[in-house]
Amino acid sequence: MDLVHLWLCLVGLVIILYVVLDGFSLGVGMLFPTARNEEERDVLMNSIAPIWDANQTWLVFGGGALFATFPMVYTILFSALYIPLLTFIFGLIFRGVAFEFRANSTRKTKWNRAFFLGSVVAVFAQGITLGGYISGTTVVDGHFAGGPFDWLHAFSVMVGLALIAGYSLLGATYLIIKTTGTVQERARRQAFWLALVVGGFMLLVSVWTPVHDPSIPARWFSVPRVYFIWTFPLLGVVAFFTLLKSLMAKKSVTPFLSAIVLFISAYLGLLAALYPYAIPPAVTVLEAASQRETLIFTLWGACLVLPVVLGYTIYSYWVFRGKVVAEEGYH
Amino acid sequence: MDVVFLSRLQFGLTTAFHIIFPTLTIGLALYLVIVEFLWLKTREEIYYRMYRFWVKIFAIHFAVGVVTGITLEFEFGTNFARFSQAVANVIAPLLAYEGMTAFFLEAGFLGIMLFGWNRVPRVIHFLSTCLVALGATLSSFWIMAANSWMQTPAGYELVDGKFMVTDFWKAIFNPSFPTHLIHMVLASYETAAFVVAGISAYFLLREKDVLFYRKSLKLAFLLAVMIAPLQVFVGDQKGLVVAHHQPAKLAAMESHWETNTEGGAPFVLFAIPDMEAERNRFEVTVPNGLSLLITHSMNGKIQGLKDFPPQDRPNALITYWTFRIMVGIGFLFPAVMLWGIVLWWRNRLFDTPLFLKTLVAIQPLGFIATVSGWVTAEMGRQPWVVYGLLRTTDGVSPIAAGNVIWSLTLFMFFFALIGASYFFYVLRTLRRGPDLTSPIPPVQRPAGMRPVKDSM
Repeated sequence: MDLVHLWLCLVGLVIILYVVLDGFSLGVGMLFPTARNEEERDVLMNSIAPIWDANQTWLVFGGGALFATFPMVYTILFSALYIPLLTFIFGLIFRGVAFEFRANSTRKTKWNRAFFLGSVVAVFAQGITLGGYISGTTVVDGHFAGGPFDWLHAFSVMVGLALIAGYSLLGATYLIIKTTGTVQERARRQAFWLALVVGGFMLLVSVWTPVHDPSIPARWFSVPRVYFIWTFPLLGVVAFFTLLKSLMAKKSVTPFLSAIVLFISAYLGLLAALYPYAIPPAVTVLEAASQRETLIFTLWGACLVLPVVLGYTIYSYWVFRGKVVAEEGYH
Repeated sequence: MDVVFLSRLQFGLTTAFHIIFPTLTIGLALYLVIVEFLWLKTREEIYYRMYRFWVKIFAIHFAVGVVTGITLEFEFGTNFARFSQAVANVIAPLLAYEGMTAFFLEAGFLGIMLFGWNRVPRVIHFLSTCLVALGATLSSFWIMAANSWMQTPAGYELVDGKFMVTDFWKAIFNPSFPTHLIHMVLASYETAAFVVAGISAYFLLREKDVLFYRKSLKLAFLLAVMIAPLQVFVGDQKGLVVAHHQPAKLAAMESHWETNTEGGAPFVLFAIPDMEAERNRFEVTVPNGLSLLITHSMNGKIQGLKDFPPQDRPNALITYWTFRIMVGIGFLFPAVMLWGIVLWWRNRLFDTPLFLKTLVAIQPLGFIATVSGWVTAEMGRQPWVVYGLLRTTDGVSPIAAGNVIWSLTLFMFFFALIGASYFFYVLRTLRRGPDLTSPIPPVQRPAGMRPVKDSM
């Protein structure tokens, strides 16, 4: 495998890590209003308080790595998707400060709202960004040449809604692991209904994508993809039924893992559909990559540092393992 | 209004708002490392209480710093896509390294630092504090490397308008990097020391938790005494680097128009630079002062702004005054510290109301100096985004101005809202004061520890 494809896999891995890790943190944020009282809200908050920042850091690294290794993707897409991307950031700002400000506040209602709204806005905008990206970007001479609202259409809005359901599902299954009693019971019910909604969306996307962009199914059925492309929907279907079964059997960890596998199946399907384009339909992966020296220099860092990062991230999760209780803050 | 102006305004605004928060967290992290070290070493409970109190201020700053920092990383792509594409090979890896080495370190151990008291042994907790402090400082390492490369690019070759790396070592350790980094890190330590000193002085004046704030002030004072004079020295060194590599910037900083041909260049003590007329209004000067400062000789030659074509000159009015503000504060701090040393000598450090009031008054000046310094550095680099090589006007994204007007409006509104909330919660945390009674977590309690009262 050459350097560019190695980096493609690495950036791809970082993005899915971000999606899963910040996905469940954002999902907990979106389920926030379903908590009945302040004590339950504290439980939800405390379930992610020590780790949300580390989860979100995968975004910072993902952004930096994309900029360093595929600068054309970074510069063209960020110009094209200006409004949804900055909306995403605005959402993250409010979600992020809500942790600290809510903990310091006596009148928590407004920060409860900021936490919820920030999470919803961030996720919806992230989905629209993804939908806008899949739909294609106008590129002339290596620069964005489209209009400011190219990303806004029914397909991208649908992806936005699908992502809200998807992250909520991750959040609910995470809460099953971290909580007890009524909060856990509710999370289980929510996970069940959300699973059905997510299943519906995935079916819808599978039908709509080829209609929306006929070049994608053409790529699906080209060699060598035609030999393995069917494994992704199969993986998705298996994960979906495992999820439902484990929820009904009141398992605690399996639902979360199944939900993650469900996400991975959709993600791999998407990647397989887009390759070899880094920016459909204009720029390929090889065209978008930066110079060899930069790829090597950054790879050194990734090889030396990321295993250590993963190590202490796992340690941190280990330190905060077990069920959360309402009063465990630092104030 | 055009995209260039709006994008610069937005980037400048988000940077200025952002920089306030890491400035304090970098410095406060060091303070917390010292406090926790003293606690583990001396077993005096007061240090534990100090840690738990100041870490609250740290946490609030950290949260705002993180979210505003992410904004900046995105703005490279959203607002300065052409610049980003041209320089990606050189400076984007530095940002990736910042994420890998610094951001992860901070984020990974912040949780343990804040919530881990009952869950990890004390040595691990102390280690977490150290790693968060290290992460914060590493963050400034990479950011300053990227920024100083834009000031004094090195280790590259230009191919078809793109900067290609020839030597990463030279690109990172470019000529202005060492002084740029040290100046910024010291600014952070200095700012945090004066913030802690100012807050402590305020409560000492009101005679609230006297023992607690005396100890806090003493520690901050010691830190400030060491750093404030050092910063003046580093600032001088940095001036020499600017003079050597960015003469137009130096001329604007000093509002120096004519290159001196006979005799020394005067130091412009006070002036209102007029870009249109190419001269200063109401200037007060010190003869030969600038030559002496920059070349360390009475008659050293200093290039004037008029040596550069008008389209290559930075804005002298802004650069001159932001530089003056920073330097003024830079000298005020060691002067106050000198006064403090005299009081310490006479054993009157804590009971001279005028001194304590001064500490309260100068407490926000560190932030003002930092922001002013940034404006000087960045405005002085104009009209270039990469000094001498790429103009800022050629670096912006091909996007509609309406996009930027929209985001800029929202940024201003949200920053005002978050800034106001931040002040509210910091002030409230301060008003509530330290918690001197709640039990010390069992995992953490070193055997035979002395309670607060005995130790002071």
